[in-house]
Amino acid sequence: MKDSPNDLYQKLLKGDRRAAARLITLVENADPSARQALKMLHRHSGGGHIVGMTGSPGSGKSTLTCRLARHYRDEDRSVGIICVDPSSPFTGGALLGDRVRMQELSGDPEVFIRSMGSRGALGGLSVATNDVINILDAFGKDVIIVETVGAGQVEIEVVKYTHTCIVVTMPGGGDEIQAIKAGILEIGDIFVVNKSDRDGAPRAVADLEMMLETKPGTSEEAWKPPVITTMALAGEGIDELAAAISAHRGFLVESGLLEEKTVQRMRAELLEILNLKVSRAAENALEEEGVGAELVRRMADREIDPHSAADEVVEYLLKRAGR
Amino acid sequence: MRGAMDKKIRVFLAKPGLDGHDRGVLIVGQALRDAGMEVIYSGLKQTPENLVEAALQEDVGILGLSILSGAHMALIPRIMELLRESDAGDVTVIAGGVIPNDDAEVLVAEHGVARVFGPGTDTREIVAFIREREERR
Amino acid sequence: MNHEEIDKIEREKERWEREVLTPALLARGERKERFETVSGHEIGRLYGPWDLPDADYVRDLGFPGEYPFTRGIHSTMYRGRPWTIRQFMGFGDPDESNRRLKYLIEHGAPGLNVAFDLPTIHGLNSDHALAHGEVGRDGVPVDSLEDIERLFAGIPLADVSTSLVIAYPPIPSMYLAMAIDQGADLKRLQGTFQNDSFCRDVAANVRVLPRRAELKLCTDVVEYFTNNVPRWYPISIVGYQIREKGCTAAQELAFNLSDGIEFVKSFIGRGLDVDRFGPRLSFMWNAHNDFFEEIAKYRAARRMWAHIMKERFGARDPRSMMIRFHTQTAGCSLTAQQPLNNVVRATIQGLAAVLGGTQSLHTDSYDEAMALPTEESLKLAVRTQQIIAEESGVANTIDPMGGSYFVEKLTSELEEEAWEYINKIDEMGGMLEAVENGFVQREVAHAAWRYQTGVEDGSQVIVGVNKYVEEDEPPIDLLKITQEMEDAQKERIARLKERRDEGKMREALERLREAAENDENLFELTMDAVRAYATLEEVWDVYRDRYGKFEESSILVESV
Repeated sequence: MKDSPNDLYQKLLKGDRRAAARLITLVENADPSARQALKMLHRHSGGGHIVGMTGSPGSGKSTLTCRLARHYRDEDRSVGIICVDPSSPFTGGALLGDRVRMQELSGDPEVFIRSMGSRGALGGLSVATNDVINILDAFGKDVIIVETVGAGQVEIEVVKYTHTCIVVTMPGGGDEIQAIKAGILEIGDIFVVNKSDRDGAPRAVADLEMMLETKPGTSEEAWKPPVITTMALAGEGIDELAAAISAHRGFLVESGLLEEKTVQRMRAELLEILNLKVSRAAENALEEEGVGAELVRRMADREIDPHSAADEVVEYLLKRAGR
Repeated sequence: MRGAMDKKIRVFLAKPGLDGHDRGVLIVGQALRDAGMEVIYSGLKQTPENLVEAALQEDVGILGLSILSGAHMALIPRIMELLRESDAGDVTVIAGGVIPNDDAEVLVAEHGVARVFGPGTDTREIVAFIREREERR
Repeated sequence: MNHEEIDKIEREKERWEREVLTPALLARGERKERFETVSGHEIGRLYGPWDLPDADYVRDLGFPGEYPFTRGIHSTMYRGRPWTIRQFMGFGDPDESNRRLKYLIEHGAPGLNVAFDLPTIHGLNSDHALAHGEVGRDGVPVDSLEDIERLFAGIPLADVSTSLVIAYPPIPSMYLAMAIDQGADLKRLQGTFQNDSFCRDVAANVRVLPRRAELKLCTDVVEYFTNNVPRWYPISIVGYQIREKGCTAAQELAFNLSDGIEFVKSFIGRGLDVDRFGPRLSFMWNAHNDFFEEIAKYRAARRMWAHIMKERFGARDPRSMMIRFHTQTAGCSLTAQQPLNNVVRATIQGLAAVLGGTQSLHTDSYDEAMALPTEESLKLAVRTQQIIAEESGVANTIDPMGGSYFVEKLTSELEEEAWEYINKIDEMGGMLEAVENGFVQREVAHAAWRYQTGVEDGSQVIVGVNKYVEEDEPPIDLLKITQEMEDAQKERIARLKERRDEGKMREALERLREAAENDENLFELTMDAVRAYATLEEVWDVYRDRYGKFEESSILVESV
């Protein structure tokens, strides 16, 4: 029995988790029927605090996410968790195992966990993840945690525009250096050195603090990202992390940056969607008889250079759009 | 690219009860992943209540249960009942592990399990079965 | 053999290859391009003296009962006494299992070997919510001392040798309490506890407490028995389970010896002398399908452990250097299809264990791919061993495979492969670390996947499954375990709780709790608590409160 988008919307607002789950599936599948429900949901979202959690594989993100969620549950706040893992570029399949480390949350109806495969999408992933965030937001989750492997550009995009972005590292393995390379030093609002009982933890903290101090463009009134040590497995440092998150939120509200962040996020979301639409339109144009095929042939014959060809396509698209 | 419709088969593989033998479930997980499916793994020692809740949140079409401890006749009927109570009787449930034929027949005929895969099953058979079920949905 | 002789033989070999072999290869070829063991280890066409140019008989093989024990740990081996037929059993409830124990003794299998059900292994009573449907399904349930008394009713514990496949103090303390009540002399009491926290951890994911706490509790048992029950084997270091999970023979060897190394480190850390506990360590191996590879594995294990104990841990008593072991045929090799074929598998696997010099043996029953064995199938498994021991003649001489060019070469190759793993694990800091960081689990998962791929592409033949398949096989009779037994077991707990002296029991648990806070050896206080009829779960709750729960972090398989 399939529900209409309107049914899903109605049920979701009434707190039906199956409706939320089904709508997320439609979004993941890029099913056009999701559009209508998303449209209606948009005005109901905006209440939740969105936390991004990223870091290298093995740094303990899932356990940290689990402990943080537990903390919020103890405060009687509801939690949504989105775990994004890479899909195989060859088969499109994925093994999503984050739930394994979140067992103590299972069975709690106030915690909604969704595992997503990245489905090899450039840009598309952030669009889908944003939609899922909005769904859980409208579904009434007080805190929404988005967890990704901080391995590539796409994953960073996903957490970049959350309200509070947490970057997780652990001692050893040159993770601190990795952080700069991948450019996640810029996006982190809070840094966590997890597994802090291991050798080299004080050094990892010191290195991170030094790098953060020397970060360019740091002004007096700007947020100073704290470095927090945790032992997620033992549950240590979680209260401190939660306190840092609410301090960050407090800072965002007081400084007016929350609004700015929201605008930034909306802008990024819009840009992603536009990118997706335009590139799809361009791809379609290239497939079209006479236009794209002809251009490509002319390029191959060296009659026209790629830049001029691109200009022609853009002109064609604009003209068609105006029609 | 995530452009047009990009439907994926989603499978939740679960280990209900206290049984910790996961060689089989991990092999099946890998085979399904290699066949292009999204496989969510529950981890071990799940109660029927928790794993049904998780399967609903993940909105999977397929729920795969692996039990080698002999507790299948206590656990699987309970899971089927919970699915029906949650109005999720349309989820295809398959099972594997050490389940004698007599019990397998009862699970299929009386409790609505779609299929029980016995020891020595070729993973390609499981892949084909899942694809066929999902196409019919 | 000197190098001159080998040169001469090699020249002859070249001639043979040229004149005889090459024409045959050109005319008919061979069945396969690559021949390999079930573990994927490449096997050559023909082995000879040229494969062992640096062999040194005294150094590498020696004599039975002497370092490095390659040929066997006893000077007479089976000529003196055959291996012990030790069938693993336990199901339903303690009364039912007691009948099965007596049935085994009656049919000439005197080595008792008890399996416990999953709730018991997890320190949960039969009436716990998670125990629902699991009670008595794959082992015997034990909720309190009362159940151990039912399990061994009518069996004089002073006169038998019992193996209990369980770890940590509670169940061992119940057994000891019963033996004491029977008036047994603890100095003479014989048997084995599995008590190996790693094997079930990696292979079957049985973990209750954080790993370090489990290691501590295993060590408590070993310390107590070393000091008080000197003829007992308080630990059996088990490779069986990890092999069942799909690793190779060399990995089984390496992971299990690393497991042993980690325990020896822990015992020494407790202040125990290596030559006091060394002679009381036992091991357990799998007997898988590949006949020669398995024989080579047991022989390599003896040589390697002797080396480890002598060189690495400085043992002086030769008995500390001997690896004495139990073997069980491979449960994972059993097929539900054409189940009688499993009798043949158990025979070949059991024979490999015997030719490899095992001290005791369990042969799987043919119906075990589907259920626990019936009396009928169990008896056939016992008879299988009796035929190997008393009809086949293989027990007439010591290490009959010794000196086979092939077996000696394979023994050395497996040893070499295993040392590489052990060195890698040592570099990580030991087995505990290698398990915590997932190295061992990943290696096993890769091997299991490789095996499965072989089965599915047909290169790994399993008769009745991917070759010689039959449709519509007739069903066989299987053992049924009823829900009634579970319900009755639950009721017993309630009755026990009414009957026992609650104050005395609470007091004992309180003392145990205090000792746990101070990280003392918990064995004796656990025994006090179980004698006051604290249930298994109540004792475990004290441990759980002190040490916390194990947190799972599953190792998902990466694509190979």
